[in-house]
Amino acid sequence: MRTFEYVRATDTQEVVRMLAEDPSASCLAGGTTQLDLMKDGVLEPPTLIDITRLPLHGIERRGESLHVGALATMEELAADSTVAERLPVVREALLLGASVQLRNMATIGGNLLQRTRCRYFRDPAVLECNKRAPGTGCAAVQGAARMHAVLGVNENCIALHASDLAVALVALDAVVHIQGLSGRRTVPLTEFYVTADESPERENVLEHAELITEVEIPLPPPSARSGYLKVRDRVSYEFALTSAAVVLVVEDGTIRQARVGLGGVGSKPWRAYEAEHVLTGAPATSATFQDASEATMRDAWTVPGTAFKVPLARRTLVRELQTVSGVTA
Amino acid sequence: MRDVASERDVDRPGTTERVVTLDVNGRSYTLRLDTRVTLLDALRDRLGLTGTKKGCDQGACGACTVHLDGRRVLACLTLAAQAEGRAITTIEGVAGTEGPHPVQRAFMDHDGFQCGFCTPGQIMSAVALMAEGRAGSDEEIREFMSGNLCRCGAYPNIVAAVREAASGGGYDAHL
Ligand SMILES: Cc1cc2nc3c(=O)[nH]c(=O)nc-3n(C[C@H](O)[C@H](O)[C@H](O)COP(=O)(O)OP(=O)(O)OC[C@H]3O[C@@H](n4cnc5c(N)ncnc54)[C@H](O)[C@@H]3O)c2cc1C
Ligand code: FES
Ligand code: FES
Repeated sequence: MRTFEYVRATDTQEVVRMLAEDPSASCLAGGTTQLDLMKDGVLEPPTLIDITRLPLHGIERRGESLHVGALATMEELAADSTVAERLPVVREALLLGASVQLRNMATIGGNLLQRTRCRYFRDPAVLECNKRAPGTGCAAVQGAARMHAVLGVNENCIALHASDLAVALVALDAVVHIQGLSGRRTVPLTEFYVTADESPERENVLEHAELITEVEIPLPPPSARSGYLKVRDRVSYEFALTSAAVVLVVEDGTIRQARVGLGGVGSKPWRAYEAEHVLTGAPATSATFQDASEATMRDAWTVPGTAFKVPLARRTLVRELQTVSGVTA
Repeated sequence: MRDVASERDVDRPGTTERVVTLDVNGRSYTLRLDTRVTLLDALRDRLGLTGTKKGCDQGACGACTVHLDGRRVLACLTLAAQAEGRAITTIEGVAGTEGPHPVQRAFMDHDGFQCGFCTPGQIMSAVALMAEGRAGSDEEIREFMSGNLCRCGAYPNIVAAVREAASGGGYDAHL
């Protein structure tokens, strides 16, 4: 690991100013991505600003939305009573991620900003990586791809965004609150990420001198049911091969509202609008669920190691639609 | 072992060293550390508390599990400086005055290890698991202990030990 100066911040605006003055400084939240990649030599910031003592830890319900401080931990959010009652999809996505130790460290802001697990990105000895060194190529396309993306990718980069939480949050239309030098702005999470086929090196619209301060989650109607299914190589403590976040409102056997997020497949957390389109207004039957799943993944760009994800993602979605709706026939 | 930084070692801007005071198992230690030093390396190499193990050093195995303000975390992905002002508990600090912690005794009774390398992390995790109220069934124990890998595959005995410790198992829990 390269040497760095450690700065412990106590004021949010002060952090923004420090970042603006130093284009190579980085923030440290839970450290579970940042320190990991510094140990690997992928990130080498000369200045590390510890933001964990900023007053951004609160989780508060205001009316029909939940305001989550960027520094609340994954375990804290999973334990929140509004999340348990109204947002099962968020609770499940959180508790199926990482381990308790990591979830006690990892923050909600950091989770949304976690970097890809692509082994070629994480290994500076590999010279071809358009994400790390733009213009050098993509070792994964020719190499051993498996934990890689098939949507929002092309031959320039197939890196996956591996967050489970973000998949649930794009389905819920969560909004990211951002503080910069000139004030605050909000960005819907569905517009926050940039796909790898657009630009491998830039993953989101956050500027260097900006901090995520809060994530706002609108609560689905009380009659909604939701859930998260994660399919993986190990039963626990493993990233998703595929996953599905589903939020449904079903009345008298008809789907009134449907929100679908897909994980393990996209260079960003994927919102499956085409599936929602098929589901909305249709009868809640397995035939509908099948049609909805067929509507997804049509733009998949695969390599031999990732081709299995297309049918697996569809089956994952069908299964979760059945589980959430309670309709298996 | 005590390692006291001298008066003049105050933090200067631009420096890559820092004076850090750590509260470990109820004792306070002041150290002058390179900013890169993790809590794990500070505990093992500077304080001589080698019970906390270094397996992967990258957040994957759980061997370095300690408690920060009562919550289990990974010492290998925590900078020593981040742990300042927090109550740190390591495996050396879980036993009471009247002997081993019930989880430690249960691991001995159930042979919850083979080589023993993962054991301190397993025990720190299990103690926290009980406080979290997540030791209700074998399934729950397996799920919420999944961040602690055991290369020897002692899992069945680990689960048995945790189950017994959680059920009181004839021990007087003192946590
Ligand atoms: C072994 C392992 C297994 C894992 N398994 C899973 C899993 O199954 N599912 C899953 O979803 N995740 C998983 N993760 C990823 C983990 O959830 C993320 O590493 C974590 O959420 C990142 O949060 P953090 O607080 O540690 O962020 P950091 O590592 O501290 O920061 C991450 C990045 O975000 C920046 N940053 C952090 N907070 C802010 C902010 N408020 N504003 C601006 N920038 C900020 C930092 O500068 C850094 O670049 C796993 C990680 C490990 C190590
Ligand atoms: S040494 Fe920390 S998780 Fe392996
Ligand atoms: S007892 Fe050897 S690693 Fe677990």
